[in-house]
Amino acid sequence: MSEDILRHRYTDGRPNLRRFHQARWDEPIIFELSREGQRGILVPEVEPGIRERVGDVLGVLPEKMRRKKPPALPELAQPQVLRHYVRLSQENLGTDLNIDVGQGTCTMKYSPKINDQLARSPKVTELHPLQPEETVQGILEVMYRFEQILKEISGMDRFSLQPGAGSAAIYTNASIIRAYHRMRGEQDQRDEIITTIFSHPSNAACARTAGFKIITLYPDEDGYPDLEALKAVVSERTAGLMITNPEDTGIYNPRIAEFVRVVHDAGGLCAYDQANANGILGITRARDAGFDLCHFNLHKTFSTPHGCGGPGAGVVGATEELVRFLPVPLVEFDGQRYYLDYDRPDSIGKIRPFYGNVSVILKAYAWVMSLGAEGLRQVAEIAVLNNNYLLHKMLEIPGVSAPYARGKHRIEQVRYSWQGLTEETGVHSEQIGLRAADFGVHYWTSHHPWIVPEPCTLEPTESYTKDELDEYVAILAHVAEEARTDPEKVRTAPHNSTIHTIDHAPLDDPSRWAMTWRAYRRKVEGKGEA
Amino acid sequence: MRRRLGLIVNPVAGLGGRVGLKGSDGPEVQKRALELGAVPQAVDRAARAVERLRSVPDLEILTYPHEMGADAVRQIGLEPVVIGAVVPGHTTAADTRRAAQEMRDREVELLLFAGGDGTARDIYEAIGLDLPVLGIPAGVKIHSAVFATNPRNAGDLAALYLQGQVEGLREAEVMDIDEEAVRQGIVSARLAGYLKIPYRTNWVQSAKVAQSSEEASLASLAYDVVEKMKAGWFYILGPGTTVRAIADELGISKTLIGVDVVRIVDDPEATNGEGRRAEVVIADASEAQLLSLLQQVGTRQVQIVVTLIGGQGCLFGRGNQPISPRVLEQVGKENIIVVSTPEKLYSLGNQPLWVDTGDPTVDQMLCGYIQVVTGYHERAVRKVVC
Amino acid sequence: MTRDGPMIHPYIPNSVPAIKEQMLQEIGVNDIEEFYEDIPTELRLTGLMNLPPPFLSEIELRRHVEGLLARNRTADEVLSFLGAGCYQHQVPAVCDEINQRGEFLTAYAGEPYDDHGRFQALFEYTSMMGELLNMDVVNVPTYDGFQAAATSLRMASRLTGRPEALVCGTIGRDKLSKIRDYCQRAMEIRLVPYDPKTGLMDLKSLRAMISDRTAAVYFENPSYLGFVESQGDEIAALAHEHGAVCVVSVDPISLGVIAPPADYGADIVCGDIQPLGIHMQYGGGHGGFIATRDEERYVMEYPSRLFGIAPTRVPGEYGFGDVAYERTSFAQREKGKEWVGTAAALWGITAGVYLALMGPQGMVEIGEGIMARTYYAMARLAEIQGVRVPLFHAPHFQEFVVNLDQTGKTVAEINRALLARGIFGGKDLSREFPELGQSALYCVSEVHQQRDLDRLAEALEEVVR
Repeated sequence: MSEDILRHRYTDGRPNLRRFHQARWDEPIIFELSREGQRGILVPEVEPGIRERVGDVLGVLPEKMRRKKPPALPELAQPQVLRHYVRLSQENLGTDLNIDVGQGTCTMKYSPKINDQLARSPKVTELHPLQPEETVQGILEVMYRFEQILKEISGMDRFSLQPGAGSAAIYTNASIIRAYHRMRGEQDQRDEIITTIFSHPSNAACARTAGFKIITLYPDEDGYPDLEALKAVVSERTAGLMITNPEDTGIYNPRIAEFVRVVHDAGGLCAYDQANANGILGITRARDAGFDLCHFNLHKTFSTPHGCGGPGAGVVGATEELVRFLPVPLVEFDGQRYYLDYDRPDSIGKIRPFYGNVSVILKAYAWVMSLGAEGLRQVAEIAVLNNNYLLHKMLEIPGVSAPYARGKHRIEQVRYSWQGLTEETGVHSEQIGLRAADFGVHYWTSHHPWIVPEPCTLEPTESYTKDELDEYVAILAHVAEEARTDPEKVRTAPHNSTIHTIDHAPLDDPSRWAMTWRAYRRKVEGKGEA
Repeated sequence: MRRRLGLIVNPVAGLGGRVGLKGSDGPEVQKRALELGAVPQAVDRAARAVERLRSVPDLEILTYPHEMGADAVRQIGLEPVVIGAVVPGHTTAADTRRAAQEMRDREVELLLFAGGDGTARDIYEAIGLDLPVLGIPAGVKIHSAVFATNPRNAGDLAALYLQGQVEGLREAEVMDIDEEAVRQGIVSARLAGYLKIPYRTNWVQSAKVAQSSEEASLASLAYDVVEKMKAGWFYILGPGTTVRAIADELGISKTLIGVDVVRIVDDPEATNGEGRRAEVVIADASEAQLLSLLQQVGTRQVQIVVTLIGGQGCLFGRGNQPISPRVLEQVGKENIIVVSTPEKLYSLGNQPLWVDTGDPTVDQMLCGYIQVVTGYHERAVRKVVC
Repeated sequence: MTRDGPMIHPYIPNSVPAIKEQMLQEIGVNDIEEFYEDIPTELRLTGLMNLPPPFLSEIELRRHVEGLLARNRTADEVLSFLGAGCYQHQVPAVCDEINQRGEFLTAYAGEPYDDHGRFQALFEYTSMMGELLNMDVVNVPTYDGFQAAATSLRMASRLTGRPEALVCGTIGRDKLSKIRDYCQRAMEIRLVPYDPKTGLMDLKSLRAMISDRTAAVYFENPSYLGFVESQGDEIAALAHEHGAVCVVSVDPISLGVIAPPADYGADIVCGDIQPLGIHMQYGGGHGGFIATRDEERYVMEYPSRLFGIAPTRVPGEYGFGDVAYERTSFAQREKGKEWVGTAAALWGITAGVYLALMGPQGMVEIGEGIMARTYYAMARLAEIQGVRVPLFHAPHFQEFVVNLDQTGKTVAEINRALLARGIFGGKDLSREFPELGQSALYCVSEVHQQRDLDRLAEALEEVVR
């Protein structure tokens, strides 16, 4: 088989699997590399003229405020620091390396290199956020232009670019809903947020953080969000509806406009979590379904890299009626100059320092500007095509199903179930994922706890070729076959990873867990200071 | 470190199923089943589970002689430690109960048993919550939540548990169906009790959002319910561990499989519950006692707190029979508080909840959508059908 | 050149018509439209969105974006004395090199088996922060220092079950706004007056305000206005006496020379990692940290991810995973839990690289160097007639308030004049802290040389004259 891999991509119409092995450097913890006296970087020395004038400047600190011992940081020379981290980076699978369709709901699409390059310009990186406005007209214009684009994509009237990522944007929606009802004197009465079980769980979590009670709707018998259930629970206590659509199952709620109407009739607001918008760019818009608020994740739909979990950006759109509540400041244009408007007395205030993750915003702007309206629509259509192709191929694997709205097409992702395979072989979804890692791809089950049994969530986006999708399916088909013929192999996976199976028990044991090296040395190795 | 597992096989479990007898309870039925050509399955199924335990280092399997366990272990070439004595071919429920007690006394870490709902009930009656147990499904009736989905999974889970790789234990429902009634076409499950089973939520950590444990979910929903309880009111508490969490929060003890009535009273001294405290008015109440309570206090200040039965979604009519149609009618739908951990609801998927109180009018009243308290300030909406 | 047929975009491989056709055929569908069957017609957008025409080639795109950015004048093209939460420091090239690696930059939420490197790099980050902070538990970064402070207070509220936080009166108003919004239904935020002479927290007021309702006492070191709050031990003791949690926000760049808050009694320490090797990015380079002692009750209140080290089945091999994955805290009793999501992991890795490069000596030198320049700048500015500096009589680190009341000019006027001389003057505080009159918050760091500070002094002297 290995010979074939070298010469042919396919055997009998099925892609050959790679002889992948993840990098394994056995890299020590950086403290173990420390050698006393080595320096990784020097800082500018204090010039004699300054020294002369100020003398022993630390003497102004009261004794109790002076650090007694330098921090016990590792001491390494520069090449060794670089090498250590480059090795760690090799033990990491970015989207740049793998067919990253396995982290469904995360929209792991291609992050164009040109956009990273543009954002690394000193004309972005070396800007202080409090500079005089006349010195930042360029970046303000980028932000302003990007807001106009978002308005067109969603139909909303204004956007705040401030929140740091998706959940922060969802929280912002909840805070605006709270402010709206407070202004109307109904903040105590309207304390319930309605969501659906297949909306991203941050909708419930963020609304709860903002002090709301949460009511969760389950799907109806056909697998769609249950309109009758919604009608049964809306009341004068309803503050709002916060939902994802398409849901994390990839199912689009065909009664979405009616959902909005029912909540509006009850006096609530509707916030649209558009984390799953990749398949509907240019197809349908939040405003047209009647929503008052919406948000996009720039690190998902708008291609900016995920950075191992941030920085991302979440942008919040509002209708005219709610613009007054958006976080301060907003970027304005008076026909000649761009400026930051802080004079917004009804605003909920600040969500984060300054104006948002500006380099992320710049990358997202560049992405849209490289595609245009036709390109965005193609993004959506091909993402949906890829997803339904993957669905078609996945359902050919015995033991795989796509529960809820069975037999229907999906938008840009699918939550699959391996329940059939598990019942037959005793192999579980997570174990399939760990075995898939042996072939160099990510795989994600789904948010816990699971409603779909033995789930996995795949989202192929527009970035992957048909061949790559075939390869991903071939990997899962191969693992499923192994589950039948050699389940031990799957059960004991991964075999080709940087590390072997982790013993998780210490991570849940307060006497053994260690979140820092110093804690580890003290608790596990019995060294260091008590 | 030596690990000690107990194994009990109910050799006649499952006998009735294949020959259409809807159960195997009682020697008469077993005899009839064998006459009809039934082949005992339980030993084989137990062996398939034990097979999965081979990899556990230094394992000692304690079991009863012959078809009650030893045969299954030897079938796969292992040698058990055999205790007790039985008459081969004539084992009884009493043997099962005695075996369970002896294994408890010999301090096995986990008791694996092969059987059905009847076996689970026997083990519950023998040892209650003294010991973690896990069922290998081998019976005709598997309504109880104490069974793994198949023998192999039972073995895998047991192996993980014995090697300290399972997060926790939880109390799961032992259900029992009156076989005689089923043979006459009436399905009538009742809650027989609870057994403590190991459970695992996942093999590896893979989600992006931290979750709270079932224990935390219980405390959280209990806090929500107790916060809303009003002084002077009576609360009819249905059976189950979910409702028991509310009793715990109130600082009272509760009959696990029975219905209790508590009253909330003002008490400035109370440390728990902001100047209120609960007192048990009736423990393990019967329908008659509930009706007489309602007659005394009227229905204005009475609420019912119930949970659904895990895995099947029954709200009324199975296991909480003292809360009868007449009680429900008087208290009214608006005074019913349904509680459930999110996990229990998730396990139902989009299958609706159901009621079968025996009174179609009351069933009708309960149909529609109902809110289920799932945590502090958290509710789910579920459809109820009858 | 004009194109024939549909656009084949380099980012969308399957837009090639033949491939598209083949895939549709395999699925058994005629048109992509069929996939959208669940979207009602009345919600469908007809025609294309009205977006600006795209720049399809990279060079056109670059020209467009760089054309816009050319209108910016950066902090290193002029002389900048802006701080107030975002700081200009030396960013080692290795920091950029590492955070640009595609393996880190484009990864997300994989298992430790796919993404061991990310887990180890973040564990090392928290470990080095732990040394700097003298604390055993540090989270995977949250969004920014504002979020870290707000979450720290809510953790305190959950820990104590109490409804109020006492916050130093000199906190920046933007941060206060964030905290107020975030804590709105969980706790009341009350400001403790400060001593107008020293800026320090007024302990008499604190004693009067603190009670068994107080969940947390919060202050900052160095404070937003640049002085060092030297009563940390007394404030912490007072908090503890009343069963409250002491929360301190700290600038990590100061900790080579200034005592870490844990040493004077802080229970929860928070702050922002932007100063540690991360470019300012117009305010887009923030990441928040929260640190505590290794006590279960604290650990259970973190909403953030916590990475721990764990053995694997191969002896000696390091593995990593989430600590206390099922947080069994009864946090639900608080009115609302918090969430965890995408935040600032890449900046955490970057800050780790920075601390590894700096080492103990680097952190001592940078701290001392910043203080020396701060004192030099204050001394030079103090020579100018009509300029009161520092406004507060207390030790300072990095930032200081310059009061310009006696010059008869506003900060805005002065800053405009400084800008004309190629200088970004200090942040105008006149709206944020009206009680300080016409005051500005100046910031210096290791990037400033003696002649930069002299140039500032000369320019300011000219301008106020």
